[in-house]
Amino acid sequence: MENILQWITDNQQIIYVVVLMIFVGIEVIGRVPSVLHTPLMSGANAIHGVVIIGAIIVMGQAPTDNYLALILGFLAVVLGTLNVVGGFVVTDRMLEMFKKKK
Amino acid sequence: MELNLLTICYLIGSITFILGLKMLSNPATARKGNLVAAFGMTVAIVGTIFLYENNGQKLGNYIWIFAGLAIGGVVGTLAAKRVKMTAMPEMVSLFNGMGGACAALISLVEFNHLSHEIAASGISTGHTGKIIIIALGLLIGSVSFAGSMIAWGKLNGKVKDLSFPGQSILNLIFLAVALAAATYLVLNPTASILIYVILVLALLYGVLFVMPIGGADMPVVISLLNSFTGVAAAFGGFLYDNKVMLTGGILVGAAGTLLTLLMCKAMNRSLANVLIGSFGGNKAGGAAAGGKEQGHVKEINLSDAAVVMSYASKVIIVPGYGLAVAQAQHVCHELEKILTEKGVEVTYAIHPVAGRMPGHMNVLLAEADVSYDKLKEMEEVNDEFKNTDVVLILGANDVVNPAAKNDPASPIYGMPILEVEQAKSVIVNKRSMKPGYAGIENDLFFQPKTSMLFGDAKKVLQDLCTEIKSL
Repeated sequence: MENILQWITDNQQIIYVVVLMIFVGIEVIGRVPSVLHTPLMSGANAIHGVVIIGAIIVMGQAPTDNYLALILGFLAVVLGTLNVVGGFVVTDRMLEMFKKKK
Repeated sequence: MELNLLTICYLIGSITFILGLKMLSNPATARKGNLVAAFGMTVAIVGTIFLYENNGQKLGNYIWIFAGLAIGGVVGTLAAKRVKMTAMPEMVSLFNGMGGACAALISLVEFNHLSHEIAASGISTGHTGKIIIIALGLLIGSVSFAGSMIAWGKLNGKVKDLSFPGQSILNLIFLAVALAAATYLVLNPTASILIYVILVLALLYGVLFVMPIGGADMPVVISLLNSFTGVAAAFGGFLYDNKVMLTGGILVGAAGTLLTLLMCKAMNRSLANVLIGSFGGNKAGGAAAGGKEQGHVKEINLSDAAVVMSYASKVIIVPGYGLAVAQAQHVCHELEKILTEKGVEVTYAIHPVAGRMPGHMNVLLAEADVSYDKLKEMEEVNDEFKNTDVVLILGANDVVNPAAKNDPASPIYGMPILEVEQAKSVIVNKRSMKPGYAGIENDLFFQPKTSMLFGDAKKVLQDLCTEIKSL
């Protein structure tokens, strides 16, 4: 019990961020029209590609003689980039079509 | 100084993600919102590459990093540019899976790193928090990856629905064992083989979790997996005490969960219902529901259909997946123009889940230049059907099935539908009498005022255009 209380005190900043972000996330898309569900899903998909930052850190810290870490890290960077770049480009292509053409 | 700059980069990233998501939920600003988020992402990534340091140690292996970025960037751009609009849902699912895999890989590498450290120092205590984070990141990332790959395979038709008795119990067992393994690992960090046990179990769980889900429920699952990957990314944020990963991940996790619930609501289904009771898997139930006398269907030929439509005063087109696969949205717009020139009032009725994902049909029609104000949402159009002369259904099936309204035994009972049967006459274009996504018969096709126009949507629409022009 004491451990848990201590952990909460030690990490209170992060806990605050998490709680606030949950509310922001819900608030931000609260009234999205159903026509935008697919592009919004796709855009959110690109945003969670932020995990690539972790991949870059893993890759950049891998010892040059640890081939397992290098290969896994490299794969992680490639996959993360696919997620980010592919996600944003696909979303842009979808939204481009909503443009009003007169 | 450089670390302070990096903090600013991450702050910019977090703000643009919130702003971008906000703008994405409004049609007028959506495209700009996407660009704003992409800009913030670039700032955060470039900042990490050049400014990140850990205990005064900068990142190395630049060649590997840039090679990875280049390969991912080129492949990602090409894939995203080339994919057909109809294949968009599977593309989203594929990219989502990549993110999940990325999170899982990070956990694996970090765990190996940690276990080397433990082995070298001989001290195995004090890593509890880190191992919990690594194990959960691996678990969620792997489930999201495996689930997204199955969803991708299902949407492009390579993977069939599969369900067997006791499936959900087996799933729970997998999950429970994985969690038990994770707990054991946290208490005994030297048992490093367990990390692979968790990996395998999580992958199996992801596969089995999506396997039985089919039909109109797929977008809901993709959206749910999307929020899973968000949470997995947030665990990466915990691991590196990295605020932009944390905010981005939690933001998507929360927004994605809400979006999932909104999609369920649009189909009048609960999330539990989607995850447990599958539309397509339950073939026996579907057959029983359609077991009543089917009667026979009435066919209409092209020229009759052309005449009926051009002398109508009001026509509503209901586009469905058949239009999407046939890539017939351009011809459909052509038909709409020809009819309008003849003085017929033409509008489109869009079911919230028409196509394969909410909003997918709007995207397809927008691609063909169909004017935005001709697209009517289900709520506003349902009252108009009774004043409509002809409803032309193009490859839609489940979303116009009256069983959803009046047959409590039907698996789709309760799903809001387009009430096309109120119109004076209904013309249904399908390639065959094969049931739609939900795998159930549609009584609408056997009703006296319904006539069938068999054929590929594109070909039929082209011929209709020619016929009407020559009238």
